Amino acid sequence: MKWAWRVARALITSQYALMLEYRAEIILWALSGVLPLIMLGVWSGSGAAAAAGISAQQLSRYFLAAFVVRQFTVVWLINVFEEDALQGRLSPFLLQPISPLWRYLTAHISEQASRVPIVAVLLALLGIAAPGLIWLPSAGALFFGVIAIMAAFLLRFLLQLVLTTFCFWSEKAAAIDRLLMIPYMFLSGIVAPIDTFPPAVKRLAMATPFPWMIDFPARLIAGEPVNIALGFTAIIAWCLLLLPICHLLWRAGLRRYSAMGA
Amino acid sequence: MSIINAKELSKIYRVSEKQPGIAGTFRHLLQRKHREITAVNQISFSIEPGEIVGFLGPNGAGKTTTLKMLTGLIHPSSGELLVAGHKPWQRKARFLRQITLVMGNRQQLLWDLPALDSLKVNAAVYGIPEKEAQRRINELAEMLELGEELLRPLRKLSLGQRMKTELLAALLHQPAVLFLDEPTLGLDVNAQVRVREFLADYNKRTGATMLLTSHYMGDITTLCPRVLLIHQGELFHDGSLSELTQKLAPCSQVRMELSEIHNVEDFCGYGDIHSLEGHQVQLLIPRAELSERVAALLNRFEVVDLEVSAPPIEELIGGLFRSREKL
Repeated sequence: MKWAWRVARALITSQYALMLEYRAEIILWALSGVLPLIMLGVWSGSGAAAAAGISAQQLSRYFLAAFVVRQFTVVWLINVFEEDALQGRLSPFLLQPISPLWRYLTAHISEQASRVPIVAVLLALLGIAAPGLIWLPSAGALFFGVIAIMAAFLLRFLLQLVLTTFCFWSEKAAAIDRLLMIPYMFLSGIVAPIDTFPPAVKRLAMATPFPWMIDFPARLIAGEPVNIALGFTAIIAWCLLLLPICHLLWRAGLRRYSAMGA
Repeated sequence: MSIINAKELSKIYRVSEKQPGIAGTFRHLLQRKHREITAVNQISFSIEPGEIVGFLGPNGAGKTTTLKMLTGLIHPSSGELLVAGHKPWQRKARFLRQITLVMGNRQQLLWDLPALDSLKVNAAVYGIPEKEAQRRINELAEMLELGEELLRPLRKLSLGQRMKTELLAALLHQPAVLFLDEPTLGLDVNAQVRVREFLADYNKRTGATMLLTSHYMGDITTLCPRVLLIHQGELFHDGSLSELTQKLAPCSQVRMELSEIHNVEDFCGYGDIHSLEGHQVQLLIPRAELSERVAALLNRFEVVDLEVSAPPIEELIGGLFRSREKL
């Protein structure tokens, strides 16, 4: 346990230092995640939210929360892994006595940590431009919201890890992830709260892992009535389903690995 | 007991083939053809603890594929393999703690950070106590003549300095077996010499086993009393460099500087002419007849300078590969 803590601390510290080297890039990434704010603008003017029984305040809080959730659940594992595998950078990591996946996981955590001040500045600017948009969530909403964001990130990480293992079979596995972005965008709640979907579409969405990645934590932070137990149970269930799949695919992939570029 | 034991080790890759042109592209898309390529073909060898062994062969001979199998990066197609008592492809932590792979064309350190940051990560990963890690870093840095370079981002270091920091990182956990793939690639002559001296010193101090591939014969002749020569996936030679020279070179090279310029015909019957330029001539003479022919040459020509040597090992190996390719 002491060893694991030391490794985690060393990895996060070095990856955080690395992310600070890329601070300009991270600011641009953070700015590129403003789709929920754009959707807020679209929905505010359409009157469709009112028709779905959602007030203007609920809508603005939801999309603002979705913006924050999106910022801290971004996963880019497949892109960096694909490049590492093709360029031969994966091989030295595979020769160390810990799985290279821990490096990628800590890189994501460090990147999220480096986003905190950027997101804070963006929210502050938003608060100055439109003071009515900003509110202070309750302590309970904030507590469960933060845990839900972390759980949602883990779920998204594992889902992308399944696709990432395809890099052992294909040199262009990242294309599969780009395809998955379509259902992710529509069914996660980035473009619209799940409650506004027609009942059949909502049922379909709830049967996928996507709503638990954005809609659930966003509604928690926005102070909407949410079945917290159901949300966390769904995330845990999806993670438990994905973990053995990741494990099997990873092992099978390693058998196929040809260490190209090395 | 051998620390590396390979028995009839093979690696066969399945690759798809594509003909050029648009027709070839469509055929490749609809009816892909595959071919099996034997990268390594039933090679057997063993290496004792503390040995430094050179691994020679032209590009595509199977050297790197063999190294990848020995380190556990890829699975062998067939054969038996034990490294430090482990089957490498199982990649158990206990095995990985005993080996290291240094690749001259690849780095494990973080490009945008000082090496010291990466070294701290390595120390944690290998479970080296912080004080002990610092002691080892200091010791290796001294041996490698590294100082404030460890505090500069890796991208700001020269190629030679980067290679030395890579070596430091690779040796921090004191591996028992070192696999070195072109460790002096791209380095200038001085840096090559320093890396060689360091490796020899490290072997002497720690008794670590080393398997080294290099295209620079200087690395091999300086460091490796024993060489494995691989060509087209097959092991051609396992023994000392001098044995290899004898095997490959039944002739000695005789270089003479003459007082006068002579024609090619003048040297008929003395040996094969390797080169003839102005007053300089180089002949290849069978070893068994060397003294007799040199005496005859000294009688026949007015010799200003004379040197008898074995042909350079690079030429011998190059000649061997060319002759085998023709077969």
